[in-house]
Amino acid sequence: MLRQAPQFLLSRASAAAMRWSRPFSTDLPAETAGDSKFIDEWKKSIPNMDPPKTPSAYMAPRPPTPSTIPSKLTVNLVLPYNSVLSAKEVDMVIVPATTGQMGVLPGHVATIAELKPGLLSVHEGNDTTKYFLSGGFAFVHANSVADIIAIEATPVDQIDPNLVQKGLAEFQQKLSSASTDIEKAEAQIGVDVHSALNAALTG
Amino acid sequence: MASNAAVPFWRAAGMTYITYSNLCANLVRQCLKEPHRSEALNREKVHFSISKWAEGKPKKPSRFLCSFL
Repeated sequence: MLRQAPQFLLSRASAAAMRWSRPFSTDLPAETAGDSKFIDEWKKSIPNMDPPKTPSAYMAPRPPTPSTIPSKLTVNLVLPYNSVLSAKEVDMVIVPATTGQMGVLPGHVATIAELKPGLLSVHEGNDTTKYFLSGGFAFVHANSVADIIAIEATPVDQIDPNLVQKGLAEFQQKLSSASTDIEKAEAQIGVDVHSALNAALTG
Repeated sequence: MASNAAVPFWRAAGMTYITYSNLCANLVRQCLKEPHRSEALNREKVHFSISKWAEGKPKKPSRFLCSFL
């Protein structure tokens, strides 16, 4: 928790970078770069009282971006009921963002990507593990940590092809017979999800 | 100020993101192979009972309900 040059880039709204390993509040630095002006003004007008701590004093500082690109990417894949991958060191992950399949390598620029139903592939040496995600978000941090949060993530071999085909046919039929906006939206979502499942099974 | 660029079709139809992502997750759960499918569906079941109130007193609570989605 030393003050370093990157800390001047710390903005108060950087809640996205908060890490889970918070130190005790008594260990945190009492002032940050942004507060020194406030503390100087306080000491001028009320020299006998200690300046109060400001919200930024309670925030853990953003982890420093390493000066050389790390060789591995640390991936966390979490679901509401389970963490599938927890701080796993890998070479690359490919996430199914709404803007297309996005590859994340160590040293990737910090990104927040909304995910669509699709395949997540985790590449480690010569092995690739694939999970079908039902949707969620991927946060890539500047220090080569990728947090992927999804509601459902299943290995591809747990998907039943017959159920996928039946579902696809059923939702295509619902889409053509839908009348209200909401029915059309639900049928379209059904078609999208089942097509993505199909593509994951065959691709 | 200009409105946001193309809203997703589900938001244009009045659905919120939470409803959309829960719907997608349910569709995926229903396409799993057998032991995983029933585990997943059971995991997501919610048990609740509802009682309607009249004149400041609850009427008899309805049977325990259990649903998903």
